[in-house]
Amino acid sequence: MGRTLAEKVWEQHVVRRADGEPDLLYIDLHLIHEVTSPQAFDGLRLAGRKVRRPDLTIATEDHNVPTVLGPIADPVSKAQVETLRKNAAEFGIRLHPMGDPGQGVVHIIGPQFGLTQPGMTVVCGDSHTSTHGAFGALAFGIGTSEVEHVLATQTLPAYRPKTMAIEVSGELPFGVTAKDLILAIIAKIGTGGGQGHIVEYRGEAIRDLSMEGRMTVCNMSIEAGARAGMIAPDETTFEYLKGRRHAPSGEAWDAAVEYWKSLRTDDDAVFDTVVEIDASVLSPFVTWGTNPGQGVPLRDAIPAPGETSDPAAAQRALDYMGLSAGTPLTEIQVDTVFVGSCTNGRLEDLRAVAEVLRGRTVTARTLIVPGSMQVKADAEAEGLHEVFKAAGAEWREAGCSMCLGMNPDTLAPGERSASTSNRNFEGRQGKGGRTHLVSPAVAAASAVTGRLTAPADL
Amino acid sequence: MDAFTTHTGRAVPLRRSNVDTDQIIPAVWLKQVSRTGFEKGLFAAWREDPAFVLNDPVYEGASILVSGPDFGTGSSREHAVWALQQYGFRAVIAARFGDIFRNNSTKMGLLPIVLPAETVEALQAAIEADPAIEVTADLAAREVRWGGESAGFEIDDYTRWRLLEGLDDIGLTLRHADDVQAYENGRQRWLPTTV
Ligand code: SF4
Repeated sequence: MGRTLAEKVWEQHVVRRADGEPDLLYIDLHLIHEVTSPQAFDGLRLAGRKVRRPDLTIATEDHNVPTVLGPIADPVSKAQVETLRKNAAEFGIRLHPMGDPGQGVVHIIGPQFGLTQPGMTVVCGDSHTSTHGAFGALAFGIGTSEVEHVLATQTLPAYRPKTMAIEVSGELPFGVTAKDLILAIIAKIGTGGGQGHIVEYRGEAIRDLSMEGRMTVCNMSIEAGARAGMIAPDETTFEYLKGRRHAPSGEAWDAAVEYWKSLRTDDDAVFDTVVEIDASVLSPFVTWGTNPGQGVPLRDAIPAPGETSDPAAAQRALDYMGLSAGTPLTEIQVDTVFVGSCTNGRLEDLRAVAEVLRGRTVTARTLIVPGSMQVKADAEAEGLHEVFKAAGAEWREAGCSMCLGMNPDTLAPGERSASTSNRNFEGRQGKGGRTHLVSPAVAAASAVTGRLTAPADL
Repeated sequence: MDAFTTHTGRAVPLRRSNVDTDQIIPAVWLKQVSRTGFEKGLFAAWREDPAFVLNDPVYEGASILVSGPDFGTGSSREHAVWALQQYGFRAVIAARFGDIFRNNSTKMGLLPIVLPAETVEALQAAIEADPAIEVTADLAAREVRWGGESAGFEIDDYTRWRLLEGLDDIGLTLRHADDVQAYENGRQRWLPTTV
């Protein structure tokens, strides 16, 4: 019987297999940031252990960093970032600190450097590591104990999850983006729908996506509960990788591409679960509640709790969000618009925002935060920052920013945002803050009108 | 890691689904670089509400959390596990867990127990009827017991063994250093390094 993409990559990385034990998997790339690593390095020191492969490890500062120039004002955030610097120096790990041209959100810089490649295993102490699956890598988030384990051994013991195919047939209609697609998928299968699975996104609409769109889709796999999300590599993938700093070159490139082409699910392979979605009927999609599964098309109204799969949770969410059933989504006023994060903080996302904002003015506070310093430089080279500034939006330095509000960019209690990030959990963007997840284009249109708006309705 | 064999204690019912790790421990608490002091951040926002179940004095000292489905979804922060343990919880019972949270729990010796949704509800009702009821989480027997009732749960042999013995995963893996070396010798040359 044939094998799925996930199975092929998994098997390629089994260091040791024994009856009644989890497989020991080799890890090709370990990404590190300041929040989930300090206790892991402490553990190493305590046990007198070294980092086995600093040359397969890379660190960046992203979660805590301010997005305005200058030092970190919060002493606790500052101490955490300084701890990462000390640990990286002590253990010989490459670090991209604030202000460095290579700095950025951990899941943006890996692909950007060409470090994320098809068929690799990639881990990070961060659940959105699933992003890297867009390249056909097996990439998943781990906790701090596992970070320590990878640092010490470059391996992880793990049971192979089940496999799920999400078949997306048809073409996305004009103006409907990767973000709308993944929000619709999560609404369909629920926040627990992917639990215990590695998802492979397949089908025409997936193949048509750019690498950036594919990263947006894989990024939010975790919001459907999946361990990882993957997309088979193809010409789009190779085209993106070619010439990047850490991509193979010359003969090595040819050998790599030949191998990468074998990384597709065999025709006779069987998935444990199959979900089918028709892309051609989708429209801009937004969330109304406090988990990413609580979403509907933007042209719809807020559903009655009784119509949802979990009425008690829906009622609680509406209470928290200060909303009532039956309200059209397009009547919801927003105070703040956030464009950024590892979901939608790449160049293509910023271009989509600029397209909407060009020649228009924002009426809500609008923060545009590039996902990395490289994204910032690229956007500025195209003059996108001029468009943002002319529209009255704030153009910031790179970082996680208001995606999780560990830096000064937060919502005030009761404040409402349209956000291109990935989590609308209670208090995610600041205590008492209310978040609606949207695509970059919807974020931009909402910034103009001050309420949730599709660009087509401007 | 703390070993877990069997634990008997009082329990607290948390009748909410999708308890994400941002609720278990909000991001502002993640700035600490130590492994201690997270109990104060446990459910920090919800605890501000006097009606929140953890604020109910009848559940004071409870050591088993019985939650609605999809507990520990979202962020990979192991701080969620540390916060629960440091607050005094030894086990969490739910119909479904976020995968990363569940993994993190078993690395730290916090026992995640999966029971069918109806069983979880029955247990919650029993606790609400008598908050002093003792609940036993028996890992050796793979069983939860309370007030004359019992329910079996599944956990793989290897994880169970590790928990029962309180074994450190890194130590176990380092015994296979030769296998790791052999694998490394055979890796493709084109694979990237960060140097
Ligand atoms: S941008 Fe948001 S989701 Fe992505 S790594 Fe940063 S905090 Fe996590």
